[in-house]
Amino acid sequence: MSDDIVIRVKGLGKKYTIGGPQEKYHTIRDAIVNSVKAPFRRLTQQGTDQSRNEFWALKDVSFDVHKGEVIGIIGRNGAGKSTLLKILSRITTPTEGEVDIFGRVGSLLEVGTGFHPELTGRENIFLSGSILGMRKREIERKFDEIVKFSEIEKFIDTPVKRYSSGMYVRLAFAVAAHLEPEILLIDEVLAVGDAAFQKKCLGKMGDVAKEGRTVLFVSHNMGAITQICKRGIFLNSGNLLDIGEINAVVNKYILNSTLNSGQYWSTTEDPNKPLQVLEIYVIDANGKKSSLFDISDTIKIVIKHRCTKELIGAVVLVSIFSKGTELIHTFDSDAHADRLVKRQPGVYIDEIELPKRLFKAGIISISTTTAFIHKSTTIETNNDVISVLIDEIQEDTSFKGYAAIRSGLLSITPKWTNLNLNQI
Amino acid sequence: MTFSISSYNESQQGDTPVPTIVIRPPKKWVPINFSELWNYRELLYFFVWRDVKIRYKQTALGFAWAIIQPLFLMVVFTLFFGGLAKIPSEGIPYPLFSFAALIPWTLFAEGLTRSTTSMVSNANIMTKVYFPRLIMPISGILSPLVDFAIAFVILILMMVYFGFVPTIAIVILPAFILLAIMTSLAVGLWLSALNVKYRDFQYTIPFLIQLWLFASPVVYPSTLLPAQFRILYGLNPMAGVIEGFRWALLGTNPPEAMILVSVGVVILLLIGGLFYFKRMEQYFADVV
Repeated sequence: MSDDIVIRVKGLGKKYTIGGPQEKYHTIRDAIVNSVKAPFRRLTQQGTDQSRNEFWALKDVSFDVHKGEVIGIIGRNGAGKSTLLKILSRITTPTEGEVDIFGRVGSLLEVGTGFHPELTGRENIFLSGSILGMRKREIERKFDEIVKFSEIEKFIDTPVKRYSSGMYVRLAFAVAAHLEPEILLIDEVLAVGDAAFQKKCLGKMGDVAKEGRTVLFVSHNMGAITQICKRGIFLNSGNLLDIGEINAVVNKYILNSTLNSGQYWSTTEDPNKPLQVLEIYVIDANGKKSSLFDISDTIKIVIKHRCTKELIGAVVLVSIFSKGTELIHTFDSDAHADRLVKRQPGVYIDEIELPKRLFKAGIISISTTTAFIHKSTTIETNNDVISVLIDEIQEDTSFKGYAAIRSGLLSITPKWTNLNLNQI
Repeated sequence: MTFSISSYNESQQGDTPVPTIVIRPPKKWVPINFSELWNYRELLYFFVWRDVKIRYKQTALGFAWAIIQPLFLMVVFTLFFGGLAKIPSEGIPYPLFSFAALIPWTLFAEGLTRSTTSMVSNANIMTKVYFPRLIMPISGILSPLVDFAIAFVILILMMVYFGFVPTIAIVILPAFILLAIMTSLAVGLWLSALNVKYRDFQYTIPFLIQLWLFASPVVYPSTLLPAQFRILYGLNPMAGVIEGFRWALLGTNPPEAMILVSVGVVILLLIGGLFYFKRMEQYFADVV
């Protein structure tokens, strides 16, 4: 079992001191002044409150990576994902803990590492390739492929400073995409480029993953992560909160990062908003507030909204998202046409009943918007204010088409009627 | 941290595989990994190649700049030090005397300047990719060699013009060139490591080089000093380099004991510099 571990991380921690000596460019003058001040500092403060200046970017992180695994590292901004990759790439040293790596590592922490604007595309391919870790012979061998992938054959001998940003990114990624180490560490490099190019990069990354290379991939793009990775690591404020199968970890991340995981959301009245959503909560069939449902349960969304004066053409929109895709987009006026024609002032409490067996297991998040449809102006938007976890609790879905692990966005089982059967 | 590839799926009879990369918190004394440096020799080549290529990009005069600086200095020195101040030049025409010193001097000064700022000016690469950081100051001292080679050709032409034929001592010339490079590396290691944290050091460089120029036997011969001080003069390694250079090419007095002191100083500075650099290397990416 331990034979094919390629990365072993034990108790990893990285501490930065902020507001202290590392913060600004240190000059000798500062150093001298600091050391003169030091004895006085201790007199004026109660002890040395070092803790206020310390910041643990990572604390007590431990995990193992096996050969060929493709792992997504997710978390909010500042969670420690990039710091983790930097330590694994040997760019910065840990404050505590150990890492053992078995195999060659290639790091892609930015697009265009080492590119120099005065050099041509051709020259930069060699420079960047070498900086990333490729041998000269390797670069020569792959040169034509790289140029073809980048789609800038015509400009390969122009200085890179003349390139458009799109060309620059394409060339930079083309070089990086042809890196073939045993272990690949990638940090959100796909966040650049146009949609077509991002699709190409995703495809190439998928190929790399399938080739049996070990990949650690940091990204905010949940769609890309769930598509390419099998396992996930969820970091939050420097701590490893979860590690496991990718969908489970992604769910935990989404649950953690939405404003209010389940149950109840409310806000104060704003006199500037003629139509405003004041409260939202989710209840089950018995009227009890809940944030966990089985796929066969009835889910009801209660929404309280207020209209301050007579409005024409105003709507309350409720959107329901699953894994970044909007599945339901409904106006309150779809069911109550009179509200669209002329909405009377007052406080409304509506209940939206979602059909049973509509959503597959996973997290759905609810957003609301109020707007004037005729004028296409938005009054307010509340994004991802409530999330609800739907799980396969009561039923064993191992052999069902609507199981969570299978594809498809909805778990609706349409009516299959057998029209004919010819026995043989 | 070794970089050799180990096959980790080859564990026989309960052998625990040896990791290729071991990452631990910073230590006080870090050994230099020479095999790793050797593995990264191509990267060193590419850094030097890059620095040489971009140095004269989009200039009209191009590589002519490599000789303009020492040439103009020589003219000024000849006029004022040789002509007006009448400083002795050991029987050699003053232009040749000073130019022969300016060539290795420029090699040293440029190497020192470039290696000191090498880390800071490459900060963007250092925070994104791993490579042994020693590559940076080493590339700084190697790139001026191209300028040196061009200026050397001019020196040979000057020697022909003045009718000087090099003595047999010319075979030792590479040793003095090596000493010049090692001096700039030794000092460059200290300064580049210090410069990452204390940016003062890059501002001291122009000032330091000016002082050092006059503390070295460029405009005057070391014979100007009384004999008992000449060995102490060797504490300035460039004194040994320049006198040795002139001796090998033009047949002036050999540097003798001075050179031993110079070599000793360089070795001490180099070893100290390497250890200091390796220790500070662990913090560079955080501080740069």
